[in-house]
Amino acid sequence: MRVFVGVKRAVDYAAKVRIQADKKAVDISNVKMAINPFCEIAVEEAVRLKEKKVAEEVVAVSIGPKQAQEVIRQALAMGADRGIHVTTDMRVDQELQPLAVAKIMAALTGEHDPSAWLLGKQAIDDDSNQVAQMLAGLLDWPQATFASEVEVSEDKKSATVTREIDGGLQTIEVPLPAVISADLRLNEPRYATLPNIMKAKKKKIDTVDAASLGVDLAGQIEVLEVSEPATREAGSKVEDVDALLAKLKADGLL
Amino acid sequence: ASTLIIAEPGAGVASPGTLSAVTAAKAIGGSVDVFIAGKDAAADAEALAKVDGVARVFKADNEALANGIAEDMTAAILACQEANKYSHIMTPASNYGKNFLPRVAAKLDMAQVSDVMAIEGEDTFLRPMYAGNAIARVKATGAVKIMTVRATGFDKASPEGGSAAVEDAPAFESAGKSAFKSEEMVKSDRPELESASVVVSGGRGIKSEENFELMFKLADKLDAAVGASRAAVDAGFCSNDMQVGQTGKIVAPDLYIAVGISGAIQHLAGMKDSKTIVCINKDEEAPIFGVSDYGLVADLFKAVPELTEKLPARS
Repeated sequence: MRVFVGVKRAVDYAAKVRIQADKKAVDISNVKMAINPFCEIAVEEAVRLKEKKVAEEVVAVSIGPKQAQEVIRQALAMGADRGIHVTTDMRVDQELQPLAVAKIMAALTGEHDPSAWLLGKQAIDDDSNQVAQMLAGLLDWPQATFASEVEVSEDKKSATVTREIDGGLQTIEVPLPAVISADLRLNEPRYATLPNIMKAKKKKIDTVDAASLGVDLAGQIEVLEVSEPATREAGSKVEDVDALLAKLKADGLL
Repeated sequence: ASTLIIAEPGAGVASPGTLSAVTAAKAIGGSVDVFIAGKDAAADAEALAKVDGVARVFKADNEALANGIAEDMTAAILACQEANKYSHIMTPASNYGKNFLPRVAAKLDMAQVSDVMAIEGEDTFLRPMYAGNAIARVKATGAVKIMTVRATGFDKASPEGGSAAVEDAPAFESAGKSAFKSEEMVKSDRPELESASVVVSGGRGIKSEENFELMFKLADKLDAAVGASRAAVDAGFCSNDMQVGQTGKIVAPDLYIAVGISGAIQHLAGMKDSKTIVCINKDEEAPIFGVSDYGLVADLFKAVPELTEKLPARS
C-alpha cells in the first residue's frame, strides 16, 4: 500500500512568537521554523509501516512556500521515499485555511491513489485540528483521529486504531482507504542520521502549483486582528510551606 | 440566528462543557437547540431539556451513534441541519466534538472556527493561535458558522429553569464504515481535570512514575484533579490524558498548583487562565514563577509532603 503523509512547516515549538506591528498576523520573518511536531509523529508512523513491510511507498506532502521543501527533506531523511511540494505564497498559519488544505489533499488523492493519509492531529501555528477530519469527509473515507496505536490487518484491507478520547482510549476498526491523525503517544520520532540525510538529498520531490489543482483556495475566515493575550502579572515568592498556606487561607482558597 | 449545539454525552446530566456552550450560543442570540447522542442519550436529553435557555432537544437514541463514530455522527448532524437550517453549529472543544465537527463542516463546504474563547457578535469570534500566545479576532464569512467552543471561556448555563421539548432527532443513514471495537476508560474517584475547581500538576521535576504518588496524595487532600506537563507525560510518569497544555487539556480552575514544572510555553497555554496559580520549584529562574501568584522555591520532595500534611482535611 501507498501511504501519504502530511508535513507542515511551522514555527518551532520552543520559539517565542511576536505579533506584527500592524496586528494582522504573527511575525514569522525571523523565527526558527521546523516540522510541526504532530506531523513528525505521522512521518515516523508511516516509516514504521514501511519497515514492517505493510507500506510499499511513503510519500511526504507539504504545502507552502519554497522553504516547505526543508520539512519534506526531513521526512525523506527519516525514511519517506519521495515528496510532493504543493507551492503557494499564502501564509499557511492563517491565509491558507484547513478546508483549502483538505481540498488540495483530496485533489492529490484522486491523482495518486494512496491507501491512507497519515496526518498530525493539529499544527502548532493555527492550532485548528481540522484537516484530517475534513479530508476524510471530502473523500468520504472513514477516519481515525487522535491515534495512539495503529495496526494494519494482514490483508491490508483495514486498520485497527486506538484513539485518545475524553477520559480514556477507544479502539475502532477502519476499512482502508482511511485518514488517520496522530496524537502525541503514537510513537517517538527518530532522529535522521547523517547518512540518511545525505541519501535524502537524492530523493525526488515533485512540485505542483496549488493554483493548478482546481481548488478554491480562498478562506471563509477573515482575520481582523491578532493581538497578544492578556498578560498575567507575577505575584510574590513565599518563604515556606506555612507562608503559602497562610496566603491560600487568606484568599479563601482552603 | 439559530444555533444547534452538539452536546457531549453526560451520563445522565448536562456536561459542564455543554453548559458553557449554551452560554456561548446565548451570546450569539436567537434560538438554541441541542442535539444529544450516546449511550445515555435518553437520560441526557431529559437533563438538557431543563437547561436554562434551551428551546428544543434532539435525542439520537441510536446504536450507531453510541460510541461517537465520526462518519455516523456527521450523517446524523447533517440530517438535523437539513431539517432545521441553523445559522450556527457548535460543540464543546473536547476530543468528542473535535473528532466529528470538522467533518460536518467539510460536508457543508464551510470553514470551522476552532476553540472559540469569546463571542463578539454573530460572526465575530476570538480564538487562540500559537498555543495561546496570539489571540485572533476572526470573522466567519460562510453561510453557516461552525465552531468548537472552549469551556473555560464561558460561564456554565444554569442546569435548571428550562423546559425544552425533547424530540427524536431526524433519521439518517449509517455510513457503516468504522466499527467500534472496545473502550478503556481511566477510572478515577478524583474530579475531572477540565471541571475541577482545584488542579495539582506535576512536571519533569517529579522524576519518576512512583514519585507521582506524591501528587495523588496532595490531590486527595484538596479534592483536586491531577494534571501533568507534557514533559512528565513524555517521560512516562503518568498517562497522556492527564496532560495540561496546548496539546492536552485546557484548564482554568480556582486554584492551580504546579509542582516541578518549569513553565514551558506549551504548558502555560493550558493553565494560565487559572484564577490563582501556585508553583513549587527548586529553580527560582523557572518561567513558571512569572505567571504564579505564589511561588515557593523549594525541593518538592520536602515541600509537597509537608504541604499535604499541613493542609486541613476536606470534609
